[in-house]
Amino acid sequence: MSDAPAYLKTEALSLRYGGKQALEEIALEVPRGEITALIGPSGCGKTSLLSCLNRLTDLVPGARVTGRVWVGGKDIFAPGTDLPALRRRIGMIFQRPNPFPLSIRRNLELPLREHGIAERARLDETVEKALRDVGLWDEVKDRLHAPALRLSGGQQQRLCLARALALEPEALLMDEPCSALDPLAGGVVEDLIASLRGRYTILIVTHNLAQARRIAGRAALLWWKEHGGRLIEEGPTRQIFEAPRDELTAAYVQGRRG
Amino acid sequence: MSHSTKDALLAWVLRACAVAAGLIVVLIVVFLCLEAAPALRNAGWARFFTDPSWHPNRRAADGTFNLTPMLWGTFFAMTGAVLVATPLGVLSAAFLHFYAPKGLAVYYRRLIELLAGIPSVVYGFWGLVTLVPLINRVHPPGASLLAGIAILSIMILPTIALMADAALANVPRAYLHGAAALGLSRWGTLRGVVLPAARSGLFTGVILETGRAIGETMAILMVCGNVVQTPRSLFDPIRTLTANIALEMAYAMGDHRSALFVSGLMLMGQIVLLVAAAEYIGRGRVHG
Amino acid sequence: MADARAARAADAAAAALVWSSAVLVTGVFAWVLFDLVRLGAGQIDWAFLTGEPEDFGRGGGIGTILVSTGLILGVCMAVAAPLGLGTAVLLAEFTPDGSLLGLLVRRSLDVLAGVPSIVFGLFGNAFFCVYLGMGFSILSGGLTSACMVLPILIRSTEEGFRSVPDEYRMGAAALGMSRAAALRHILLPAASPGLVVGLTLGIGRALAETAALIFTSGYVARMPESLFDSGRALSLHIYDLSMNVSGGDPRACATALVLVALLLAINGSASWMAERWLHRKVSEA
Repeated sequence: MSDAPAYLKTEALSLRYGGKQALEEIALEVPRGEITALIGPSGCGKTSLLSCLNRLTDLVPGARVTGRVWVGGKDIFAPGTDLPALRRRIGMIFQRPNPFPLSIRRNLELPLREHGIAERARLDETVEKALRDVGLWDEVKDRLHAPALRLSGGQQQRLCLARALALEPEALLMDEPCSALDPLAGGVVEDLIASLRGRYTILIVTHNLAQARRIAGRAALLWWKEHGGRLIEEGPTRQIFEAPRDELTAAYVQGRRG
Repeated sequence: MSHSTKDALLAWVLRACAVAAGLIVVLIVVFLCLEAAPALRNAGWARFFTDPSWHPNRRAADGTFNLTPMLWGTFFAMTGAVLVATPLGVLSAAFLHFYAPKGLAVYYRRLIELLAGIPSVVYGFWGLVTLVPLINRVHPPGASLLAGIAILSIMILPTIALMADAALANVPRAYLHGAAALGLSRWGTLRGVVLPAARSGLFTGVILETGRAIGETMAILMVCGNVVQTPRSLFDPIRTLTANIALEMAYAMGDHRSALFVSGLMLMGQIVLLVAAAEYIGRGRVHG
Repeated sequence: MADARAARAADAAAAALVWSSAVLVTGVFAWVLFDLVRLGAGQIDWAFLTGEPEDFGRGGGIGTILVSTGLILGVCMAVAAPLGLGTAVLLAEFTPDGSLLGLLVRRSLDVLAGVPSIVFGLFGNAFFCVYLGMGFSILSGGLTSACMVLPILIRSTEEGFRSVPDEYRMGAAALGMSRAAALRHILLPAASPGLVVGLTLGIGRALAETAALIFTSGYVARMPESLFDSGRALSLHIYDLSMNVSGGDPRACATALVLVALLLAINGSASWMAERWLHRKVSEA
């Protein structure tokens, strides 16, 4: 385990959709301020694991979670959990950029207003800072009223990141944030994510092993076993790629399986 | 207000809306029953079928309440219209999918949608001024079962045509490719592959058009002559259940009014049966 | 060889049959429209559209009838739109697939959609006019039509919500937005085409209705002074002129032409909007 204290922690976390098991007995610790890559073949439950961590599973009919999840030391499945507050602390970036069909500015302001920030000056300041953080400010500052859907894919993804950052989260969950973008735009987003290291706890799902090596300090391999997705191995990225303890990990990172 | 109270409040408002919308049917049935109760109490179900004639009175004891001529009227008009409209509608859908050039199909579909939107009172009016005089020249009086069937067919045609259109659109492309690969002709494909594959959709369409035919009032009222009798030929005037209600509600009192609600209850029962049948077919328990 | 020839003949015969049914349907439509225009078009002018009916409708215009019709539609939509929107949102957004409430409401709306309009008339008379004491009035007629248009309104609005991509819902939730806020700021605007199409179709349905109005909004052709006055709808005017007023046919026809023109415009714009908006929304996202 890492020296830094875990910010996200799961224990015996299992997930079922209706009668189908998706995750089985996951025990994972994601250290604070670190980028952790979640790797594994498609369909092994990586995305499902992410959506347990901010309880987005609540939105999926028939999804049932057992086990425990702590975020910043708090059990998020405990009764009385303030979901909006939880989701404010944990931003999420989806595989396909999903800006709302509103203007660029509205996309950023709407969640802020929802969380009680209504003062004009403060809104403007936060919007600008968030857009600067993702390098979008100079590209869009003259057309904040333009529809967000008119931006390019890469710009949309950065807008989504800005939207999450504007809420000043502590952690970010990212579900293959670069895979739906062209390589150039994907590279820009990847550099951006790397630059967030230290400021946020990041758990990023990726298919791209080279990307995991480039940006992540730690990596975790998920694999589909007969009863659902299981955590095979977790550790520093270098160890996972160069000296894996598990035979499956070795086979996967060398491209022999998966 | 916090997020969760707001959400909870919203959920309750929405639930209230849905319950209100859902209860309308219940309310309809309850009020039909309440209003029908006096006649059922004072005359009983049997007299609606066994009385010598339909000469209703505000006191059940002083009148006769035989609804069978109206039931037959509804039945004949409905059956005739379904028999005429179904083939026309299915052929129209076939035209849309397999025969019409692309540009024409768009306009033909639009035309059928427009036909569906023309109100029944306008069809009735047209029947009254055009169709009835025409039939009158062949066989007086003109206002007849035949006129009713003709107008009703035009009115329910869009229902079956649009349902058949949707059903044909749902036939998997692969079937068509398969049929083409076997060298089947267009008609062979249609009869042998497409129509059987679309059967459950077509059945649902027939059920829906039957429902419309049973419930139609104004057009039938205007062209059928409204004589209370069981028709013996296509040229006999008839009166349907729906027309009977529309004609007599204005002055009906007491048990007579109540008897009209009994016929409304009968109509409602038929519709519930049809919806249940449509549901049954839609669930795929009757396989294509 | 003979078989092949027979198959070819059958194919040709079928093609002829299909084409002739299409021609027949088109022909009937053209015939109806032609008759209406031939008999009615000459009488439509500004005075007809704005004047009051005279001599039981044989003369004068349909101004007061148009006003009554508009008021009935207004009452109908004022009640049906919020109720329908709420129900559609519940069914599309807040009801998991297997929920009992959703199932019951859906089933009940299916039946409601099939209820004959004359039965709505009976119900409206017994419930609104008599039980609630509204009498023959525009209010009774409007409320009865509201019950009638609900299913079509709800179905189309629900369709609008279902065409909104799930990503918006997930995105809003992941940002910690309440469902109420997501609904109001994101889903509702995105689903508005369905709502508009539903409203338009509902107006069309209510406008075409006659049988449900005879015993609810009544026959009075005067200018209504309040919603509690009886008011004659366009469709009812046509019925009354052609059945109860001898010599009323020409005016009935002119009224029918006005009604059909209104309906063609309304239904046409509904299907146009459905095609443009609902499609584009889906492909854009």
